[in-house]
Amino acid sequence: MPGEIHFQTLAQLQEALASKSVSSVELTRRHLDRIEAVDGRVQAFNSWDEEDCLRQAEASDERRAAGKIKGPLDGIPVGLKDVIAVKDQPLTCSSRMLERFVSPYDATVTSRLKNAGAVLLGRLNMDEFAMGSSTENSAFKTTFNPWDTSRVAGGSSGGSAAAVAVGELPVSLGSDTGGSIRQPASFCGVVGLKPTYGLVSRFGLVAFASSLDQIGPFARTVGDAGRLLQVIAGHDPRDSTSIDTATPDYSKALAEKKGPWKLGIPREYFAEGLDPEVKEAIQAAIDWYADRGCEMVEVSLPHMHLAISVYYIVATAEASSNLARYDGVRYTHRSDRAEDVVDLYFKSRAEGFGEEVKRRIILGSYVLSSGYYDAYYLRAQKIRALIRQDFSKAFAEVDGLLTPTSPFVSFKAGEKTRDPLAMYLSDIYTISANLAGIPGISLPCGFNSQGLPIGLQILGEPLGEANLLAIAQSFERAHDFIDRHPNPSPPD
Amino acid sequence: MEYEAVIGLEVHVQVKTESKIFSSVGVGFGAQPNSLTDPVVLGLPGVLPVINREAVEKSIKVGMLLNGSIPRVTKWDRKNYFYPDSPKNYQISQFDRPICSGGELEIELKGPSRNVMGEHKTIALTRAHLEEDVGKLIHLEQESLVDFNRAGTPLLEIVSEPDMHTPEEAYAYLTALKMLLIYGEVSHCDMEKGQMRCDANVSVRPAGQKKLGVKVEIKNLNSISGVRNGLAYEIERQIQVLLGGGTLVQETRGWDAAKGMTYHLRSKEESHDYRYFPDPDLMPVRIDRRWRERLRASLPEKPFDRQRRYFDQYSLPYTLTSVLIPDPELCHFFEEAAKRAKLPRQAANWIVNNLLGELGKAGLTLSESKVNPAKIAQLVNLIEEGVISKNLAKERVFPEMFKTGENPAAIVQAKDLGLSESAEELEKICSEIVQANPDTVAEVLSGNKKAINFLKGRVMRATRGKANPALVGPLLEKLIAEKG
Repeated sequence: MPGEIHFQTLAQLQEALASKSVSSVELTRRHLDRIEAVDGRVQAFNSWDEEDCLRQAEASDERRAAGKIKGPLDGIPVGLKDVIAVKDQPLTCSSRMLERFVSPYDATVTSRLKNAGAVLLGRLNMDEFAMGSSTENSAFKTTFNPWDTSRVAGGSSGGSAAAVAVGELPVSLGSDTGGSIRQPASFCGVVGLKPTYGLVSRFGLVAFASSLDQIGPFARTVGDAGRLLQVIAGHDPRDSTSIDTATPDYSKALAEKKGPWKLGIPREYFAEGLDPEVKEAIQAAIDWYADRGCEMVEVSLPHMHLAISVYYIVATAEASSNLARYDGVRYTHRSDRAEDVVDLYFKSRAEGFGEEVKRRIILGSYVLSSGYYDAYYLRAQKIRALIRQDFSKAFAEVDGLLTPTSPFVSFKAGEKTRDPLAMYLSDIYTISANLAGIPGISLPCGFNSQGLPIGLQILGEPLGEANLLAIAQSFERAHDFIDRHPNPSPPD
Repeated sequence: MEYEAVIGLEVHVQVKTESKIFSSVGVGFGAQPNSLTDPVVLGLPGVLPVINREAVEKSIKVGMLLNGSIPRVTKWDRKNYFYPDSPKNYQISQFDRPICSGGELEIELKGPSRNVMGEHKTIALTRAHLEEDVGKLIHLEQESLVDFNRAGTPLLEIVSEPDMHTPEEAYAYLTALKMLLIYGEVSHCDMEKGQMRCDANVSVRPAGQKKLGVKVEIKNLNSISGVRNGLAYEIERQIQVLLGGGTLVQETRGWDAAKGMTYHLRSKEESHDYRYFPDPDLMPVRIDRRWRERLRASLPEKPFDRQRRYFDQYSLPYTLTSVLIPDPELCHFFEEAAKRAKLPRQAANWIVNNLLGELGKAGLTLSESKVNPAKIAQLVNLIEEGVISKNLAKERVFPEMFKTGENPAAIVQAKDLGLSESAEELEKICSEIVQANPDTVAEVLSGNKKAINFLKGRVMRATRGKANPALVGPLLEKLIAEKG
């Protein structure tokens, strides 16, 4: 196989494996080589087990030789954010708290990947417990942006985005609670999809905010994101919030759906705080859709300005409860300075959790406290219903909404770490999709004057992934952004 | 001053299910520690709960048996607090949409004697909600261990209104509740195995006062009589504090059964803020009309309703029903016998007074009995038809039935225990006995009526017990009168 195997698309790799022009072992080996070569600068991975990867690849090659491949991903390396459980692999959530925790079970998405034959290659770095927008909240390392390693990869799924962008993996899985797939995808110049809440099982996804969390794919093309989604989507009886519906054939839908579409431009997404270069790139994308016959309408999402406030009440409330189990008693970090059981809780949690996680636990405990519940949590839930209603009104009229993914491009490492509110604003355009449970995709739509990627976000109605992918792919195919790859310079 | 106690009870009942409330792991007692666990029970990172339908159905049935109102939609909430026996440090419970609201429980107070039915009352209920049980801590000298086998067992908490006033009422409430739950096949309610647990809230106030006094919660009440004794102690303690001019504080107290006293556990200030909120991992459960109707159709007859029916339908005396009613299996046994017996009341008598006694002596349970309801009915009918005497039935037939499981009719035939058919023959024997015992006859004639029993005994001996005692007495009286 010629050239840079690590920048081939999933579709190309599937073909190469099928035609036996490459083996899974070779493919895996080449990706491991790439990791060896660049991960020192990008730091996308928390860990990987070379022997185990190669064993999986060998098994795949044996299946293929015997004509018994398991599924569409047989032999393809896939990386998982370190928040998704894989039996006998570490599940750290990039936290000291779970630094030594090894999962005794598989997440549902993991079982599905295994059943499709995927080679599970490594654990990808993230903000601790998926709380953050830059991967700087990882207890272990910061993941840097492959386009400029002085900058952040975004977050919380920074490792999953950077690894795909830099060719360490063809595809990966992340999780998105308020933009944690789409924002790093936008920062790293790759495609990231947050599915409809309930389309992909959360069983085995370590919970941050249960009513908002959703697993989704990273890929270098829209089609590849659809291919990975195809494998992981579908009803799971082990997740009560999973939707019991037949999964569409996304590749078929992509081939059939050609538009033109009626697209909405929500005016609230183009207000102050939007970087001019980002605005320009998004406007160019809007113009492109208009030029090829899409009907463009301005829409309004009147409760949009409340989304961040609502999010930081709902998400932190759920997190304060979800993270209570990490207490020093059983499998977590345990303080060796504790005097009694209450002291054990205090010290283990003080030592095991990072600053941002503590901030959110405290905030979440506060909004649920008696006397404050009605004013904060209950009111937030009411506004959440209004935000959902805003979107359903919009989707009664249009097929999709076009917005920037993030108000700005990747920022310098350390730039926002002292200002949590500034960091929270990175997610201002992505958060409402989680509150409404609707799908959203981010795809590259240009580069700024410093050569940093800009992401276009398309939002769709619940279970409208097929449409969303088709709208995104039509743009992708008319542009060459996916052909540009970062080449992180070696350290001086 | 006269004081009145006000009591409310919170009863936790483990709902008997195949598997745990949110996972497919089995439920049990006494298994190897931490063997009845899986990632869901242990609350490992990433796991999700899935509600157990059986637990919901049984809880709805309890709600219906308690005449509570079953909501169209019920949902689960998280109760947040840290404790090492709690795998997630929150308990999945129900806050504002419990599976049953309101309701009432009919209770029977202790009667003036064992043979007399006590007063019946209805105690109002607040609610019943379904939640998960926690694990168990085992404290050693240097360290504490935790066993999560019990964690995730479905637990129904039944909360009464502060509607009781004496420890006896509380005792009667628990007895009635236990009986109802056993009828509903919801739980065996074995308090020693923790299948049923009770906390009591109690306050006292001057008699006649409307306003409630300061409430004290008592925990560790590990048996039904423990509840009665703990309350009796606590009520007296509170009254003594007030009589001594002291004031009571709202607190939680423990019951020390060995010392027979309550002791301070924690005060109100130390109580938790549970930060309840809807569990985002679980969907609300809709209980539609069809489901409701199906469950309603499957409800058992309630214990006190059955008791009233036994009075009306079978004319059973209170004492017999008070043995039968608490045990649905025994009731079923009785009703099967009653269907075939000419005198159902006699069947009940044989079951309660003979069969249970023999089973007890042999250390057997009812299901191990070789005597079945049909055989009891046959025995009753043999006596009623005059085929055999009651005495012989008791002395010779029943022990044989109990030992071998043989039919009573077959035993009667094999041992030739049937009553003598011929009245002539019996009259002849009686006449001979009267002739042979002139002294006794004279005694009877002189007014000592009891002396006739000696003659009856002679007749029975002469007939080897086969004479029908109902005939022998009048016959002897007639013959003696002829002498006089």
